[in-house]
This record gives sequence, C-alpha cells and structure tokens, in this order.
Amino acid sequence: MLDRIAGLGKAVLDSIAGAGQAMVMLLRALIGKPQLRKSWPLLMQQMYSVGVLSLIIIVVSGLFIGMVLGLQGYTILVDFGAEQSLGPMVALSLLRELGPVVTALLFAGRAGSALTAEIGLMKATEQLSSLEMMAVDPLRRVISPRFWAGFYSMPLLALIFSAVGIYGGYLVGVRWLGVDDGAFWSVMQANVEWGQDILNGIIKSLVFAFVVTWIALHKGYHCVPTSVGISRATTSTVVTASLAVLGLDFVLTALMFG
Amino acid sequence: MESRNTQLAVGFFVIIGVLALLFLGLRAANTNFSSNGETYKLYAKFDNIGGLKERSPVKVGGVVVGRVSKITLDGDYYEPLVEMTISKDYDEFSDTSSVSILTSGLLGEQYIGLSPGFIDDTVEMLGDGDYIHDTKSALVLEDLIGQFLFSQGND
Repeated sequence: MLDRIAGLGKAVLDSIAGAGQAMVMLLRALIGKPQLRKSWPLLMQQMYSVGVLSLIIIVVSGLFIGMVLGLQGYTILVDFGAEQSLGPMVALSLLRELGPVVTALLFAGRAGSALTAEIGLMKATEQLSSLEMMAVDPLRRVISPRFWAGFYSMPLLALIFSAVGIYGGYLVGVRWLGVDDGAFWSVMQANVEWGQDILNGIIKSLVFAFVVTWIALHKGYHCVPTSVGISRATTSTVVTASLAVLGLDFVLTALMFG
Repeated sequence: MESRNTQLAVGFFVIIGVLALLFLGLRAANTNFSSNGETYKLYAKFDNIGGLKERSPVKVGGVVVGRVSKITLDGDYYEPLVEMTISKDYDEFSDTSSVSILTSGLLGEQYIGLSPGFIDDTVEMLGDGDYIHDTKSALVLEDLIGQFLFSQGND
C-alpha cells in the first residue's frame, strides 16, 4: 500500500521535474543575444523541413475536410431550406475550430515526431555532447531554430488549411450540389468577422504552435538515449501534443466564443 | 545552391500563407462594415428586447448601418438599455427617428430596425451618445397568445 503511494508520489515528482526541465530548456534556448547572421540560414533550413514539407498533407486534408463539410452540411441544411447558410457553416467551422486544431494535430504527427526523433538520435549518437565540446551551445544551435520554425510555420499552415477548405466547400456546395454562387459568398461575408473569427483562429494556431513544438523539442532533448527511448519519446510527442491541443482548444474556445 | 533553393521554397511558402490570409480576409469576411471604420454610439431603452444579442445588426430599410454593441439594465426600474454602434457614413438621423426590434423571417435572428424621422427646423440631429426615445419592443409570442386568448374570452 505504501509502495503504491510512493509510486504515485514519484510519478508526480517526475512530471513536475519534466515540466521544469522543459521550461529551463525553452528559456535557455530563446533568451540571449540574437545572432541574425548565424541563425538565419538555420531558420530557413528548419522552415523548409517543418513548414514547406508539411504543405502537401495540409492542402490535401484541408481540401477534403472542406468538401466533406460541404456535403454533410448540405444534406442537413437542405431539409430546412437553408442551404444558403452552407457558406458561413463551412467558413466558421474551419476558421474557428477545424483549421487550427486539425493543422496542429497533423503538424504534431508530421513535423513534431520528426523533430523528436531527429534530436533524440542526435543525443543518442552524442552529437549534442560533441557540439558542447566545441563550445557551441546545442540549445542555441539546434533547439532555437527548430522552435521558431515551428512557431512561424503553423499559423501559415492553418491559414492555408482554412482557405483551401473553404474552396473545397465551395467546390462541393456550389459547383456540384448547386447552391447559389452569390448567396454562398455573401451570406458567408455577412457572418464571418475579421476580428472575431479570423484573428481568434490565428491566435489559437499560435498557441498550438508554441505548445506542439515545445513538447516535441522537450521530448527529444530529454529522451533516454537508446533506440527504445527514442521510439518512446516519438510516440509520447504525438500523444501528448495531440491531447494538449484538444484540451487547450476547449479552453480557448470557451474564452473566445463562450 | 541547395541553400538558395531552400530559401526560395520558404519564400513561396510564406507568400502562399499571406495569400491565404488575404483570401480569408477579403473573400470570406465582411469588409464593408468592419469595426475599424469610424463609428458613433446611439442608445435606446426598450421594455423587452426579446432575443436581441450583442452584435445583432441595426438596419435601415434592410441595409446594415451598425451593430448592437452592448445590452445592459439601466436605472431604478431595470429597463433594458441597448447601445448601438452606427457607422459614421450614416450620421444624419433626426431626433424623431424610431427604433423597433424586428425578426428576419419566421424563425430568423432578431435585429433592430431604425426608421429615420422627419426633418424640419425645430428638429435636432442625433449625435454621439444621444438617446432614441421612440422605441417599440420585441414581439414575444407568449404575450401575443395571451392577448389573443384574453380578447377571445371577452366576446
């Protein structure tokens, strides 16, 4: 019985220590004199592998989610003779919820796991220690550009996701099912607000970008440097980041639109 | 040259992202009456506001000229006080204008219908912070049924 309580205590202490480690890592990676000339090429390289290479999966899934929203929304709305409301339904659900959330989930699976595995392998093969031996701070050299790349990429990806999704809804709703073209856009414009919907969506995706990239980097940087440890860390990145995104999304939605 | 190709790809990525933002801002959101245009505030007291909400539209003859920005209870008698934010493009409403709470369609959203009043030398124009005194409350279905039953009973 006492062993169980001790086990619980150890789990709590471990998770607090993990959170502290992650916080220290982030602060040490981000605070300091910015060296634009050195870090710019590194940032570009990471933007490419984190952002540009995620573009295809984001565009394809955005298009299909928009098309599914258009199809499902139409079959329900047409019963009430309200198929003109298809535009705002597709646009609002994408801008407020699906755009930021699905992008963050895909990003955690596509880019977050890759970040964790890459940094974990660097640690296992002692590349990080070698960097330190050469008086290069691995936090500044390895962690910081990856963090900023994720932080800048995800809002852009979420915007692209929403735009492509709205176009997918337009394709299905207007081109295929015959909702009136003018009504689709004008009712959407009457209901979508710049500050309320688009800006809040961007704020959401910024928060998700921060959380997902941070979790991915922390899991990689503090993984057990063995092959089992790296595989555990990668799995744990995807699971933790997805849960954090879904939980935070509820809180943010309650704060913004509640 | 790989670094240059990488930079090009990232550049295109950022451009596509900004284009998506422009598409969302210009095509999906309403740009004609947004909160950044110059506005002024009008107030009106109602007996009952029904289902009116903040951000409900204020319309003149069906044209949106502003939005409800705040709904509070005012004074000793707890009368609902509605604050309306009206675009500066329409600042020539006279003191004799009236507002009523209307419903768009049978089941639609409620909105405020503003009817401009007559203008002559003795009538003043409404400015920022003024009250509109001639108001008609929302139609509440239960009250209507109650009145109908009451008048049936009298016959």
